[in-house]
Amino acid sequence: MSDFLAVLAEAKRQSDPSGIAPAVPYLHAMGIETRLEGDVLVCTMRFSEPLIGNFAIRALHGGTLGALLESAAATTLLWRELLAAEVVDERLAMPRIVSLTVDYLRTGRAVDTHARAFITSAGRRVARIRAEAWQDDPERPVAAAQASFLVG
Amino acid sequence: MSKGAKADDAAAEKAARLERIDAAFARAIPYNAWLGLRAVDVGAKGEGRIVLTLPFRAELVGNPISGVLHGGPITAAMDAACGASVFLALREPQRIATLDLRVDYLRGAAPGVDLFCRAECVRITKQVAFARGTMDQGDADEPLAVVAATFMVFRDQGSVLAEGLKESKGGAGSDGGGA
Repeated sequence: MSDFLAVLAEAKRQSDPSGIAPAVPYLHAMGIETRLEGDVLVCTMRFSEPLIGNFAIRALHGGTLGALLESAAATTLLWRELLAAEVVDERLAMPRIVSLTVDYLRTGRAVDTHARAFITSAGRRVARIRAEAWQDDPERPVAAAQASFLVG
Repeated sequence: MSKGAKADDAAAEKAARLERIDAAFARAIPYNAWLGLRAVDVGAKGEGRIVLTLPFRAELVGNPISGVLHGGPITAAMDAACGASVFLALREPQRIATLDLRVDYLRGAAPGVDLFCRAECVRITKQVAFARGTMDQGDADEPLAVVAATFMVFRDQGSVLAEGLKESKGGAGSDGGGA
């Protein structure tokens, strides 16, 4: 079993997805963490200087918000598959993204950013997900995304 | 002046322009620098066209089993390329911000291979600009991703910002902020 599958198996056993993000190189490098709030998976992107896209107004790079939203969508799907799986094996891996549309709603400030995703439809082959990113107030999202993934 | 010398001058001028654009977009914007983006080609002056490279590195991997790149760097690099294409199409340096961006992932990226982000500003109006882009791993006819992005152009607000941008050289990156 690969190290990553071992991480997934442990996350499932503990009912805690916080070990997943550190095991994904890009999420780890971006300072993105995964945790459960109730039964909703929340991704938090810790602020760091390399995430800046406009230093004149100290705004996050729009791409980092897109990356966070996609991460929230993909890990939410992965977590759902993981919970449903009887055995943790290669078939789980990562859901494959088909398309992603990001709407930028407010300037992302130089602070921590959180994201959560909701599965809007899940068929045997395709899952559609809506994701939102916010900073202080979940009711005031800085960006939102709609994504389609191939599953199974 | 001989034809050869003229061609040399033109090539030298383009190289100098590419160097300035690379410094302003790829190296001065923190996240673009973190990604390792570099500008490798630009259109003629005033033409909103740019090619960036995104060198593969292990930190950008999203699937630890297959070694395939995460979609995040692809989205971010294409946002940067589309934003740069819009900025290059502007007559005056003005702040721009991404309104929305759609990425279609046509095929998976081969692990370990550098990527090219090609973007073009297709239309620019008083307040909004439209860009299209593709990403590939060396063969522009075999894109891995196609992108459509729209940007807000802050023209009236720009006077104060534009001054700051001139001084700071390259704070003009897309910040992904809404209107």
